Amino acid sequence: MADENSKTNLPPLSLHVPEPKYRPGDAVDYSDVEIPKAGDQPRPDVNSEPASMRDMVYDMVRVLDEDYKAVGPWDPKLSDDTLLKMLKTMAQVRAFDDRLHRMQRQGKTSFYMKSTGEEATSVAAAMALHSDDMCFPSYRQQGILFVRGYPMVDMINQIFSNREDKLKGRQLPIMYCSRRLGFFSISGNLATQYPQAVGWAMASAAKGDTRIAATWCGEGSTAEGDFHSAMTFATVYNAPIIMNVVNNQWAISSFSGFAGGERTTFAARAAGYGIAGLRVDGNDPLAVYAATQWAAERARTNNGPTLIEHFTYRAEAHSTSDDPSAYRSAQEREEWPLGDPITRLKRHLIHRGVWSKEQHEALDKECIEAVKVATKEAEKNGILGHGLHQPFETMFQDVFEEMPWHLEEQSKQANKEREIKWPDAEASK
Amino acid sequence: MTTMNMIEAINSGLDNMMARDDDVVIMGEDVGYFGGVFRATAGLQEKHGKTRCFDTPISECGIIGVAVGMAAYGMRPVPEIQFADYIYPGLDQLVSEAARLRYRSAAEFTSAITVRSPFGGGIFGGQTHSQSPESMFTHVCGLKTVIPSTPYDAKGLLISAIEDNDPVMFFEPKRIYNGPFTGYYDKPVEPWSKFEASEVPEDYYKIPLGKANIVREGEAVTVLAYGTMVHVANAVVEEHGIDAEVIDLRTLVPLDIETIEASVKKTGRCLIIHEATRTSGFGAELSALVQERCFYHLEAPIERVTGFDTPYPHSLEWAYFPGPVRIGEALEKIVGELTS
Repeated sequence: MADENSKTNLPPLSLHVPEPKYRPGDAVDYSDVEIPKAGDQPRPDVNSEPASMRDMVYDMVRVLDEDYKAVGPWDPKLSDDTLLKMLKTMAQVRAFDDRLHRMQRQGKTSFYMKSTGEEATSVAAAMALHSDDMCFPSYRQQGILFVRGYPMVDMINQIFSNREDKLKGRQLPIMYCSRRLGFFSISGNLATQYPQAVGWAMASAAKGDTRIAATWCGEGSTAEGDFHSAMTFATVYNAPIIMNVVNNQWAISSFSGFAGGERTTFAARAAGYGIAGLRVDGNDPLAVYAATQWAAERARTNNGPTLIEHFTYRAEAHSTSDDPSAYRSAQEREEWPLGDPITRLKRHLIHRGVWSKEQHEALDKECIEAVKVATKEAEKNGILGHGLHQPFETMFQDVFEEMPWHLEEQSKQANKEREIKWPDAEASK
Repeated sequence: MTTMNMIEAINSGLDNMMARDDDVVIMGEDVGYFGGVFRATAGLQEKHGKTRCFDTPISECGIIGVAVGMAAYGMRPVPEIQFADYIYPGLDQLVSEAARLRYRSAAEFTSAITVRSPFGGGIFGGQTHSQSPESMFTHVCGLKTVIPSTPYDAKGLLISAIEDNDPVMFFEPKRIYNGPFTGYYDKPVEPWSKFEASEVPEDYYKIPLGKANIVREGEAVTVLAYGTMVHVANAVVEEHGIDAEVIDLRTLVPLDIETIEASVKKTGRCLIIHEATRTSGFGAELSALVQERCFYHLEAPIERVTGFDTPYPHSLEWAYFPGPVRIGEALEKIVGELTS
């Protein structure tokens, strides 16, 4: 036995528990965060073997340089119109988030989640996909819906759980769903969409379809078994899928170290599975677009799955139920070395000579006004908790395709209770 | 004695056990520095150290599996699953592993773990923050299931659960963390400090597992409830002026069948209330037991009042919740049933 001679004098083991560098009040210094120079990253052919491009998982695809110029082989060379659409969409998402967050604070709904600072990871990514590619989002990818033209009024109806809510008031606010727009029903449980997206992609391949799938999760959720099952199935079946990990550094109060971020990158998860992996500056909309475009082409040409880590920062709270000032330094947001995706794209467009500060100010006003109008419209359909917006029988529908006897009974019971509990609502029915 | 709400009482129970026993460790999502999304572990990392109360990766399978392994070493882990709705990735580790380890190893290895998890609705949490999955666990042989209804009980039961050498599911009714709930969502919450059950000793004490609590004595009907529904049941009984005996089960497995049996034999009627969905809910088990043991004493059919067999809806939460109207109706029906 190995221990026969060596039992004595062994040092005691110690348990490592990760700790983030900065807590509330701490001065933040990100000089140790390695930010590769924009334009320096090679762009492999889309049919490259994953093993031949392993360096990509530790590098960072970046297109916009310090002067807001688009540089290097990853520059997607988009038209002014496309870039302006990207900018406007991101600005609209941010204005929407700000207002709906405030509406929750005013008691008009129960819950909200902003995507502030991470808009590029959904807006630019969705723009690089075909409009009929299937998305399996997590809960912070509202940007996809804006790209695909989902009406803001419908989003707000869902947030208010009101009588025009297409999900019949069943889901927590922001847990959208739109089959028409290739946007899968959002679950409150984490990473469950990952293997589902792989399954959709496998089905598309099995059927000889041309559509691919894309999915998103946070870096924290990569700890779930679903993530690893998805990676295994994706590599085994060479599924036509893009798996996005939005590394926004924080999972509620747990920093990325609790998902393994102290030891390696999240893109590096790909290497272990033999999947192509890219690590991308998630606050650089051009880099996000280029990486997604690359992965989409790879998937569409039967070259298999790609894992993309978007390195970004959750600028705001996890949700309206969270207060990040209790666990992280407020300076982190200010010092974040990759800046803000909207500001960076704005400056790039100004640099190109197709945009101006004045135009941007006007855009912000337009976006605010558009949300205001949509909110007013949605409010006409009711807000959460004020009035009974859905007929009670809707609660029992869609549990099964056909309603079994016991749900019929319970539905009658609910309606009977309604007459007793809310007689006024009955009268006005 | 100190006044505590249920969160503070649970925190105090954890704190006491960590101070008494170095093997007690707490792990879960956001439980460390932040102190938990409901603040149940606030201050424990600072007081007892980072290796005694620590954050985990977001992997319920990992959290439970690692807890089983730490227990195999001889420690006494108290993992937290942030919402009961998130527990399902950990089911294999609970059902196939923790619950059966003692049996399959002929007691060479045991799983002295206590899985804490907030459960139940009434906070506009939608289908992924409102579930009551307790009967999934009572159906698993080898797991104990505990559900407190007051701060005082929460601490005493939690300490017993942690000291227990078998795996315990400890479900905390989050709707009553800050104050009891009578079923009227539109009335302001009354804080626990207004109620006697918020008087909690700061020191160690235990409430034994498997012992129910008769919270209201009566002759007309036995009402079986646990967690939030104990308070709703009490309020409805008062409102209807019915001389009901309300029993807070406190532990579902092992169940205090003696207390239930004695009460139903006395009253001859039994109403069972839970917030969980109806079909295969714990009420079905209770109903069968009462029928088996008290059939010749029953003067009316046993009634169940439960949540509906649908996912927990967001906007129609108060239509879903088994509140005063549904309970009142069942109470009147069962008490009105003529003795044959």
